[in-house]
Amino acid sequence: MKNENLVQYIYGIADNALILGQRLSELCGHGPSLETDIAGTNMALDLLGQTRSYYQYVASLVGEGKTEDDIAFLRTERQYKNVLLVEQPNRHFGYVIARQFLFDVFHLLLLQELQRSEDETLAAIAKKGIKEVSYHRRFSSDWIKRLGDGTEESHQKVQEAINDLWRFTDELFHMTENDMIVADEGVGIDVKQLREDYYRIVKEVLEEATLTVPEIKYFQKGGKQGIHGEHMGYLLSDLQYMQRTYPNMKW
Amino acid sequence: MKNNWPLWEVFVRSKNGLEHRHFGSLHAADAEMALENARDVYTRRSEGVSIWVVESKNITASNPDNNGELFEPAQDKIYRHPTFYDLPDEVKHM
Repeated sequence: MKNENLVQYIYGIADNALILGQRLSELCGHGPSLETDIAGTNMALDLLGQTRSYYQYVASLVGEGKTEDDIAFLRTERQYKNVLLVEQPNRHFGYVIARQFLFDVFHLLLLQELQRSEDETLAAIAKKGIKEVSYHRRFSSDWIKRLGDGTEESHQKVQEAINDLWRFTDELFHMTENDMIVADEGVGIDVKQLREDYYRIVKEVLEEATLTVPEIKYFQKGGKQGIHGEHMGYLLSDLQYMQRTYPNMKW
Repeated sequence: MKNNWPLWEVFVRSKNGLEHRHFGSLHAADAEMALENARDVYTRRSEGVSIWVVESKNITASNPDNNGELFEPAQDKIYRHPTFYDLPDEVKHM
C-alpha cells in the first residue's frame, strides 16, 4: 500500500462528511423551526469538524506544503470521492431527514469498524466521531418516525423521499479497487460486511415509522470513482467560491 | 408547524453537585423532542451534564398582582435573617 492509496481511501470517507456538512450548512437559518435549524447546523459543524481531522491527516501524508484548505477547496469535481447520496439537494425537510437517516445508519456502522483500524490516526478520528454520529442517527431516526407516523402529508412526503433516495444506498457498500488494497492492510474497512446490518436497522426504523421499505432493484453509483451527479457542480461552486475568487484568502 | 407545538421550560445542571437552573424555553411536540431540542439549543457549548424539561402549562406561577401580600410582609422582618449572632473567631467558613 502506497501513501497515495491511503490518501484516496481517506477521501472516500472524509468527502462524505464534507459534502453532507455543506448541504446541511446551506439550511442554516432556513430550518422549519428555530430548534430544528440549530440541530441541523450542529450536525453540519460536527461533520465539518470530522472533515478537518481527516484532511489535516491527508495534508501531513502528502506534504508539499499542502493544507487542509487546499484539500477542501481546490480539488476538481472528479477528485471528490463522496457517495452520490450525500450530494443530493435539500428538497424539503422530509427529504433532508431521509438523506440524513440513510447516511447516518451507514456512517455509525463504518466508524464503529474504523476505530479498530491498524492506522492509529484513522482509528482515533473514528473513535472521536462515534459519539457525534450516534446522536445524528438518533435525531434522524426519531424524525423519520415522527414524519412517517405523523400526518398524511408528512407520511407521503417522507415516503417519497425514501423511495427517491433508496437507489443511492447500494453504493455505500461498493468497494473500489483502492478500497480493497487498503482493506487488505487492515487499515480500511470492507464495507460489504456492513450491508446486512445496515438494511436491517433501516428496515426496523422504517417499519416503526409505518413506512414501506422500497423494493427498488436499480441502483446508482459513481461518486466513489469521482463520477458525480448534476447537482455536484453547483454545490462545489458555492463551496469553493471564496478560494477560487480570492486565492489564498484567509479569515 | 411550530405554532402547533407546545412550549417547554428547560432546566440544565451545569455541573454535578449544582442544582438545575432555568435556562430558557423552546417549542417541541413532546417530551422526547423537547429533550433533544434542549440539547441542541442550550448545551451546544458544553453547558450541562443533565437536562430537565417540563411543559410550561404545568408550571403554576404566582400572580404579580399579588406581590404585595405575598412578599412585602417579609421586608420588615429582619430578625428572620441569621445576622444577630456573635460568631467566635474560631468558627470558619460561615
